[in-house]
Amino acid sequence: MHHIDLSSVLRQTLSCDLYSNLVTRPTGAAVRTQIEHLLSDPPPTDTGDARAFTIIDFSQVSMIDFSCADEVVAKLLMRYAADDAPRDAYFLFRGVSDDHWVAIEAVLERHGLALAVENADGVRVAGVLSDDERSTWEAVYRLGTANADDVAVATGADTMRVLGTLDSLCGRRLVMRANDEYVAVGHFQA
Amino acid sequence: MTQVITVPPSLDEHTFEQVLEQLAPLPPDAKLLVDARHVRWASPYGLTALLTLAQTRQERPVLAVPELDETASYWERTQFFHHAESLYELRGSYPKRRQASESSVLLEITSIARSDDVHDVVGRVQERAQRILQNELHLESKAILGFTMTLSEICQNIIEHAGQGGWVAVQSYRWTKRLGRRVVVIAVCDAGLGFRRSLETAPGHLPTTRWDDAAALEEAVIRGVSRFRERGRGHGLAGARNYVGRWQGKLSVRSGTARIGIVPDWDDDPPLAEGLPQFPGAQVQVIIPEAMDGGSTER
Repeated sequence: MHHIDLSSVLRQTLSCDLYSNLVTRPTGAAVRTQIEHLLSDPPPTDTGDARAFTIIDFSQVSMIDFSCADEVVAKLLMRYAADDAPRDAYFLFRGVSDDHWVAIEAVLERHGLALAVENADGVRVAGVLSDDERSTWEAVYRLGTANADDVAVATGADTMRVLGTLDSLCGRRLVMRANDEYVAVGHFQA
Repeated sequence: MTQVITVPPSLDEHTFEQVLEQLAPLPPDAKLLVDARHVRWASPYGLTALLTLAQTRQERPVLAVPELDETASYWERTQFFHHAESLYELRGSYPKRRQASESSVLLEITSIARSDDVHDVVGRVQERAQRILQNELHLESKAILGFTMTLSEICQNIIEHAGQGGWVAVQSYRWTKRLGRRVVVIAVCDAGLGFRRSLETAPGHLPTTRWDDAAALEEAVIRGVSRFRERGRGHGLAGARNYVGRWQGKLSVRSGTARIGIVPDWDDDPPLAEGLPQFPGAQVQVIIPEAMDGGSTER
């Protein structure tokens, strides 16, 4: 598992300790490149599994503007949800304040993206999701590990429809498939 | 022969048009004397635009500085003379190099040329913006974040689109004449490409039948079109537009021969002004007013 403290990455990127603001598009691009570089190195705990689980930690970031959010959050999510993604990677966003959320929400809406965000009450999905995707993700998260039948029972939906929704959530890297079972992002860091 | 450009006594985004009307018929290499001796007051827009004016000239112009001590002292506190010394031949006496101390100056006139400059501006403004927006303008804390984000995005507009450096200044003052309330004002001016030329560099750009500065401003400010075709582009001005709408502020963007505005109820500017005197680059102003009755002005 990777834990990426964005303020540390920011300081490395700018070679300066003075700034804790994620602002400007070039800064965002540099920070994202650094994250991608970190993701290209498998952590020591990986045991041959090509999948990577990464916590993106905003706790020490003062503010993020729209341009930087587009580079750091939107482009990162899009790259790793693409068919030609460099790695099967899953992200959990931690330490996201209401202030950060203003910019992050705007770029998620612009690109039709969604992410898993951790707060004091647990993990939730946010951004652009259909009602089916949201209820299915919530059911998987509650169940911990579940197959499509379990989720269908929990949501009261048809199994085939649930399978389609789970496929969509896997493609969006909000749920991970392990054989016939599914785990929601936010459960597998435990 | 030296041409004299008379600067009006009160210099803001509207009266600066009088300066540009005098400037427009002159060739770029004409010798200029910019006569600011009788200026009594200048907004951040007026001061940054004056610096920008000098950048458009092939020959270094002369600037006759304000005669009124109070005005010259204020211009010095905004760092105007510090920058003007490299752009103008300054004529007349003016105060030299004191520390900026006026609390209403949130951000002295600052050059923006690189991404690092935006980091510097945001870092410097954050603490002072919090104090002034909360204590003097009585805005909610969430207005402060949006203010800083707006400042950041508008400054980035210079780096991404102008093709050369520009200027930013932020100030708070009581706007008695128009509003009777305190305001905080961001002014960002450059003499670069301007919106029309910037959008014309977009891949596959096809000019519409009515393609001019006004159309380019409508594309960029209202529809969030950028010269970059990536889907995530165009956030900056869209964010600024949303911010001023939320806090009953005003956004105006001038480029070339047009100016477009997001105009609140308290102002009577037309949303779009065309046929203005030609001036290179882009000049942006954001005004956020004090909350009514000491409460939030959010809507």
